[in-house]
Amino acid sequence: MFQVRIHGRGGQGVVTAAELLSVAAFGEGRHAQAFPTFGSERTGAPVVAFCRIDDKEIRLREPITDPDAVIVQDPTLLHQVDLFVGLGTEGYLLVNTSRSFAELGLDEFVRRFRAERLLTVPATEIAREHLGRPVPNAVLLGSFAALAGVVSLESVRAAILEKFPGETGRRNVAAAEAAYAHTQHEIGAPSPA
Amino acid sequence: MPTRSTRSGRRALRRQMEGSQAVAAAVARCRPEVISAYPISPQTHIVEGLSDLVRTGELAPCEYLMVESEFAAMSAAIGASAAGARAYTATASQGLLYMVEALYNASGLGLPIVMTVANRAIGAPINIWNDHSDSMSQRDSGWIQLYAETTQEAVDLHVQAFKLAEELSLPVMVCMDGFILTHAYEAVDVPTQEQVDAILPPFEPRQLLDPDEPVTIGAMVGPEAFAEVKYLMHAKQMQALDLVPEIASEFSQAFGRSSGGLIHPYRSADADTIVVALGSVLGTIEEVVDELREQGVKIGAVGIRCFRPYPLEEIRASLQHARRIVVIEKAFAVGIGGIVGQNVRLALSGLGAQVHDVVAGLGGRAITKRSLHRLLADALGDRLEPGRLTFLDLDWELVERELRRTREKRRSGPHAENILRDLGVVASGSH
Repeated sequence: MFQVRIHGRGGQGVVTAAELLSVAAFGEGRHAQAFPTFGSERTGAPVVAFCRIDDKEIRLREPITDPDAVIVQDPTLLHQVDLFVGLGTEGYLLVNTSRSFAELGLDEFVRRFRAERLLTVPATEIAREHLGRPVPNAVLLGSFAALAGVVSLESVRAAILEKFPGETGRRNVAAAEAAYAHTQHEIGAPSPA
Repeated sequence: MPTRSTRSGRRALRRQMEGSQAVAAAVARCRPEVISAYPISPQTHIVEGLSDLVRTGELAPCEYLMVESEFAAMSAAIGASAAGARAYTATASQGLLYMVEALYNASGLGLPIVMTVANRAIGAPINIWNDHSDSMSQRDSGWIQLYAETTQEAVDLHVQAFKLAEELSLPVMVCMDGFILTHAYEAVDVPTQEQVDAILPPFEPRQLLDPDEPVTIGAMVGPEAFAEVKYLMHAKQMQALDLVPEIASEFSQAFGRSSGGLIHPYRSADADTIVVALGSVLGTIEEVVDELREQGVKIGAVGIRCFRPYPLEEIRASLQHARRIVVIEKAFAVGIGGIVGQNVRLALSGLGAQVHDVVAGLGGRAITKRSLHRLLADALGDRLEPGRLTFLDLDWELVERELRRTREKRRSGPHAENILRDLGVVASGSH
């Protein structure tokens, strides 16, 4: 089972991101379960959503406490929420920011993880460019497809178009593809380790 | 029209979708003719989905009534049902409480309304998250109560519920865990129109307000016959004990999957210890059972699918060989303890099994595998005090601090605010 936890703020499409990821996994013939933290949602408030992916039926109904991957849609949450709790040293970490882990003051912290599994990606900028709006969720899924390879870009693309037919979907697909290419380029670079 | 049926045919494929949307689609295929509802979390997405289907004409003929309250929602459903329309509504929590008077009228009159309850806690303190306090408070309202374990089962139970309701002329509540199931995105098989039509015939009411053959419904009945009419309510509900498994079996033959029924035993046939529960927590419990089985523990689970009428004999038969029963329930009766636990004890009367009542998952507190393992280790090690109500994961320090405050100071203030202050919580959240 592969477990993903997505952090962000109300309005950033956090719940939708988890749902899209589950649709992408389902499209690959896998079992997937996405669910939100069920808070009193309001714009700007911290929001968490989860997605489990497995090759067999998923019966578990508890929140994800030991994620294999964490996606952070809003880096300003760093000082507000314990974003990395439960993430093991083999875990994947994707943070939406135009800055580096060092610039975020996380260089010490990220040393415990595998360098090739961690990435910051300027998802808001990519979203602005392709959507005209700072909604980073689909962008991050494109990036996640390249970073973790748990779902393919093709499945992410199909999931976006299933949920958002028409222009919105096409623009989000373009943004996800751009993020995928950006991420491939980033992780394609010689590993610092 | 041909386009529509082709489309709905294709949609029969298993799809990744939200539980609420899946239920809305399934209810629509049951062809309700009147839907009256008032939105309340976590049920809202279901009636939103249905109102969309009515607006687009995909669900037709159907009258969608956006009423001004839950009392009105149930009252309109009663009127519609009495006039011969297949009627549906959905609610949760305070919304269910607000319609209580009308609930008893629906069951007392024997009107086959189907209602989804997206299970949610009851205030005060106000809480939007999941537990079973709402539907459990209405367990004796005369409604049949079915509890879904998965979103797929919630979908399937709605199809079965209309059939059951109309066969018996009794209202049926389909209970599904709020948020945990209503807001989960999972693969669901929504039955096609053709499949539903094949199993659910058009509504043929047993009583009808018909201008051509006028009758009245809702007579005042005095001491001369009140008990008899009430007895018939009971006798009719008890018939569901035969009909629920019959319909479940017919369903599984038609759909090739098993959903519903009275109870669902899981690895319990040779178990010394059996966990009993209702609803979505059974999934997590089954995972824990598997892990303990791997360690050689003879443990199993029994899920109660139909809580009213209460399948006493089936529950007795499924538990009688066990030494220890752990009932995990998401509600409790203040001043006495477990609700499901009392019912289980009744089913086991005269037998020697130890029944432990465990209250868990109140107000959205997650029931985790870790907590269940700890609880069951205590149960297996005979460390659960017999006869004492156990609260899973209760923060005793927090409780003790507030009890101390009430002892030390007359004007100690409201519990909820005091405890939130102790926790340093500003805005309440589930995590």
